[in-house]
Amino acid sequence: MLWILLALIFLGLLGYVLGRQRAVASASGDVRELHSLPNYYGLNVTLLTLVPALLVLGLWLIVQPIIVERTVAGQIPASFMEQVENPTLLMTEVRRLAGGIETAIERGFLNVEDAANLASDTDIRAQLAEAGVALGADVSTEVLAAAQDFRAMNATGATWMLIVVFALAFAGLAYSYVRTHKDLRARNRVEYAILSILMIASTLAILTTVGIVLSMLWDTRNFFQLYPWQDFFFGLEWRPSFEGGSELGLIPLLWGTLYISLIALLVAVPIGLFAAIYMAEYATKRVRSVAKPLIEVLAGIPTIVYGLFALITVGPMLRDYFAQPLGLGDSSSSVMTAGIVMGIMLIPFVSSLSDDIINSVPQTLRDGSYGLGATQSETVKQVILPAALPGIVGAVLLAASRAIGETMIVVLGAGAAARLDLNPFEAMTTVTVKIVGQLTGDTDFSSPEALVAFALGLTLFVITLGLNIFALYIVRKYREQYD
Amino acid sequence: MTDMPISTAPKRSLYAQDARTKKRNRAEARFRTYGMAAVLTGILALIVLLTSILGNGLSSFRQTYISYPIELAAERLDPEGNRNPEEMASVTTFGYVPVLAMSLQAFLEGEGIEHSMGGRELAAMLSEEAPAQIRNMVLANPDLIGTTIDAQILVGGRIDGFFKGRVTMESAERDRNVSVAQLELAQVLADLGIVETRFNWDFITWPDASGSRPEAAGLGVAIIGSFYMMLVVLALALPIGVAASIYLEEFAPKNRLTDLIEVNISNLAAVPSIVFGILGLAVFINFMNFNQSSPLVGGLVLTLMTLPTIIIATRASLRAVPPSIRQAALGLGASKMQSIFHHVLPLAMPGILTGTIIGLAQALGETAPLLLIGMVAFVREYPDFLSTHSNTFPLMGDGATALPVQVYSWTQRSDPAFVERASGAIIVLLVFLLMMNLIAILLRRRFERRW
Amino acid sequence: MEDGNVNDMSGIDQGVAVTGTKMKARGVDVFYGDNHAIKEVDVDIADKTVTAFIGPSGCGKSTFLRVLNRMNDTIDICRVEGDVTLEGEDIYDPKVDPVQLRAKVGMVFQKPNPFPKSIFDNVAYGPRIHGLSRNKSDLEEIVEKSLRRAALWDEVKDRLNAPGTGLSGGQQQRLCIARAVATSPEVLLMDEPCSALDPIATAQVEELIDELRSRFSVVIVTHSMQQAARVSQKTAFFHLGNLVEFDDTDTIFTNPSDPRTESYITGRIG
Repeated sequence: MLWILLALIFLGLLGYVLGRQRAVASASGDVRELHSLPNYYGLNVTLLTLVPALLVLGLWLIVQPIIVERTVAGQIPASFMEQVENPTLLMTEVRRLAGGIETAIERGFLNVEDAANLASDTDIRAQLAEAGVALGADVSTEVLAAAQDFRAMNATGATWMLIVVFALAFAGLAYSYVRTHKDLRARNRVEYAILSILMIASTLAILTTVGIVLSMLWDTRNFFQLYPWQDFFFGLEWRPSFEGGSELGLIPLLWGTLYISLIALLVAVPIGLFAAIYMAEYATKRVRSVAKPLIEVLAGIPTIVYGLFALITVGPMLRDYFAQPLGLGDSSSSVMTAGIVMGIMLIPFVSSLSDDIINSVPQTLRDGSYGLGATQSETVKQVILPAALPGIVGAVLLAASRAIGETMIVVLGAGAAARLDLNPFEAMTTVTVKIVGQLTGDTDFSSPEALVAFALGLTLFVITLGLNIFALYIVRKYREQYD
Repeated sequence: MTDMPISTAPKRSLYAQDARTKKRNRAEARFRTYGMAAVLTGILALIVLLTSILGNGLSSFRQTYISYPIELAAERLDPEGNRNPEEMASVTTFGYVPVLAMSLQAFLEGEGIEHSMGGRELAAMLSEEAPAQIRNMVLANPDLIGTTIDAQILVGGRIDGFFKGRVTMESAERDRNVSVAQLELAQVLADLGIVETRFNWDFITWPDASGSRPEAAGLGVAIIGSFYMMLVVLALALPIGVAASIYLEEFAPKNRLTDLIEVNISNLAAVPSIVFGILGLAVFINFMNFNQSSPLVGGLVLTLMTLPTIIIATRASLRAVPPSIRQAALGLGASKMQSIFHHVLPLAMPGILTGTIIGLAQALGETAPLLLIGMVAFVREYPDFLSTHSNTFPLMGDGATALPVQVYSWTQRSDPAFVERASGAIIVLLVFLLMMNLIAILLRRRFERRW
Repeated sequence: MEDGNVNDMSGIDQGVAVTGTKMKARGVDVFYGDNHAIKEVDVDIADKTVTAFIGPSGCGKSTFLRVLNRMNDTIDICRVEGDVTLEGEDIYDPKVDPVQLRAKVGMVFQKPNPFPKSIFDNVAYGPRIHGLSRNKSDLEEIVEKSLRRAALWDEVKDRLNAPGTGLSGGQQQRLCIARAVATSPEVLLMDEPCSALDPIATAQVEELIDELRSRFSVVIVTHSMQQAARVSQKTAFFHLGNLVEFDDTDTIFTNPSDPRTESYITGRIG
């Protein structure tokens, strides 16, 4: 793989040198005769050599495994498929065996002919184990046949890929080399090509969004074919069981998410807002220059750190000093733990956004209020905050969206029990915790217990997207007001 | 127009504060105090957070070792007696446990130390990693067999905890994994001077270890994994981000497509990170069949996540380059592309790099999406940059883990010694983040231009 | 035209009884950090009189205006020395709360700055914070009187709950005047109140200032000499932080005693 890239890059460089030379030669050595600078002729050849070849290479690498996989899976006899306990794991087995044989060949334990003639009655598992490849189970005839098909198709694919990619590269090189002439508008061509590349790069944002939505929609659809959507959206119980008969109701997860987010906001909004007010209106320059970065450090700390903080410090402390003495429970992971820690995480988020917004309230409004004999706090409460309110609401909404989508703090701090309860010292769980829970470990991606994670993900995405768009709209509207 | 006074409030001297003004001033002072309290609360939270992590984690950089003469008895370790490493390999790690325990017992008897423990309990004071250490040593150098070596070996996690103050006599009484007798003996040995708690690099360089050997668990594999992923993010996110920003900032016509892109970028910046994990799982692993938990997949997911940050920072620094620079270049007959690549981009570069480093720092600390693409698996092998398979991308073959994910997996283990390890890993992570942010700040200071 | 105007106004002036001194400034110096912005200024502000401060930009006239109600307190690096008294009481005395002072010395700014609240709430803001009304109907009365005094009542009486920011520029400025008037100040400071207004709105505000004189002592900063001549009875000319000349408006415009004043009046400096 690497050498293909290196070879292509070499061809590109070669093209650059050749193209440049030919252009200079066509102007009989006088570069002033050229339409563009000599470099552009070289670049023109390079681009035509590399870009089509690399595009095809990339596409091929993505498409080939998919095609091979589908074809091989399709060729496995249906009668055999029925005997297998878990059809989705079958292809994994095939892939592992094929990969194992390749590794064995590379390491010299098998020669190519032997590999082609492997029969299922020989102990393949032992043979491969010798080569350092561990297989999970004995190899059946059908799996071996599929693995050999898999290897053969991959080998053919790789050969064709080489041929096509290098043919394209040489064709591009030859074509552009022949076309190189002193009157060729090389700069315009190169610039057009670069512009196209820039444009494609910028559409990646759209592709990502489309990818997110499609990937989740597809599996959510699969989920709703296995599990009624009414039971998902309105179910009050979350009790997955891999033996079947799971109850996968969204409500308890949503309740946990919203409860924790609410507590987080109750911590973050007052502290963040008051801190922003203090720093914008009261603090001297020196205090501000120390306090502001210190608080913003909180924003740069990864959430896993907050998660660990919740797990080892805040959780036990709340349990020992509040929950147990008050008789409210004896779990160290709780809504309160996760909520408070998440609140701390959101303080800098709320404070720096609010700080910006408060600072964008024009000074004339402050003067107007002071000129009437208002104190600073009256000015803040009655003039600045009302003026900044839309912006602050936007900031709070953005913080809420963060809280709802936050994962690591709740994974480590909130617990795993889905529960509809009001006691904040009780462990509860959230949408994000369950996404992690259902998708990590050995998962069978055709079971509703795994697929539900995609439905949860989509729900989360829709909620946060709605909040974000609304918040950004409000903030933007607000900015326009004072611009 | 009325000629009446507007209000009939009585007239007062300026020198006397009326009751209402006093009340208002008290409200003012209260409000001010709230503000100060809020700032202090924020700073206090930071301090508590950091002290909690440092307090729990600093001790993971120190480890307890014991050294005593170990007799490598030939009849146990090389039953065939021909010093052939391949045959000696048939003696498993378990075969070395009695060797270590017996040598320790012999040493204790030689020193005249008495204790009430059986061989098994005595052996349990040593780390389960210790036999493996000695075995590797012997296999590498078969001539050691039959000699007595003076090796420094790891003690068990609880004994280590005893010397770090985590395990006490009281806690040992309630703990099935350690006995008071063991701790007492450990104290005796320490007084003898053969037990030492010292700084260890192994925590940074060794790979992870299984749940019963916290004392041998290290961050090596995780650091390499994180490093590879950062390479991928840097190699992809920086060029794509800069290209996208240049297009959007300099070339894009104002139309619905660019509006759509803008909205998408600002939204992607606020999409929960776990959603990117679901995307990676669905697209790269389930659809494209990339290897689970390979650094490439992790890097791709983090790239998609980091792109909006980099694009936003790059666009801001492109915008900060005054139009006069562009006009000057255009005025000399440069094409728009030339004016941007020759003049605007170099001037915007410090800002772009700062934004990129901040994006990388964000990606380095990210955990949730990596859990979904299988990075949480137990990995003991250092991942190779180039896998042996000829048909794969670099960084695609081997599974890896990452620093923050290592923290998470350690928190999921039952032995409390892993809490120390997890906090230690966070210290390493925070040090990396600190360095990256310092570089960003220095870059900004060094190259900051005011137009 | 200008001459005629000056004469017209001075014709009116004679009919107004000038009653005593409201504010007195003696030896006032203002420093912005190291910058000596106002140097040894002595001014008397007479009651029921319009006093105009004129001078070229940056001469310190606005700074001095802000000294009179301690608006400079909000600027960290600003330091004021000298005596300023309001009815004999030193406004820079430590016992004085600037909040109480500003209720007595109101201010109107260059740019109309209505709060983002309703027209009613804008005017009611001062009375509310200073506790000037006993009940709601009291407050409504104050708002109505203030708006009437600012000649805005008829234009806004049907939409008191509409936002103040929705008014036209001239209306906004009159709203700000109504807002300042509502706390029943003794002195009203105006910092170039017409500079952001069109000529028609300017004329309305000037007319209003003339009417306000019957009740308050008004100090206006302006860089329009015609405006000073039209609305004021007393004029102070500032130049480079110095008070160059302070006299009856007529005298300043017709017979200035300092050559710098004359240069400015005739347009040679400025």
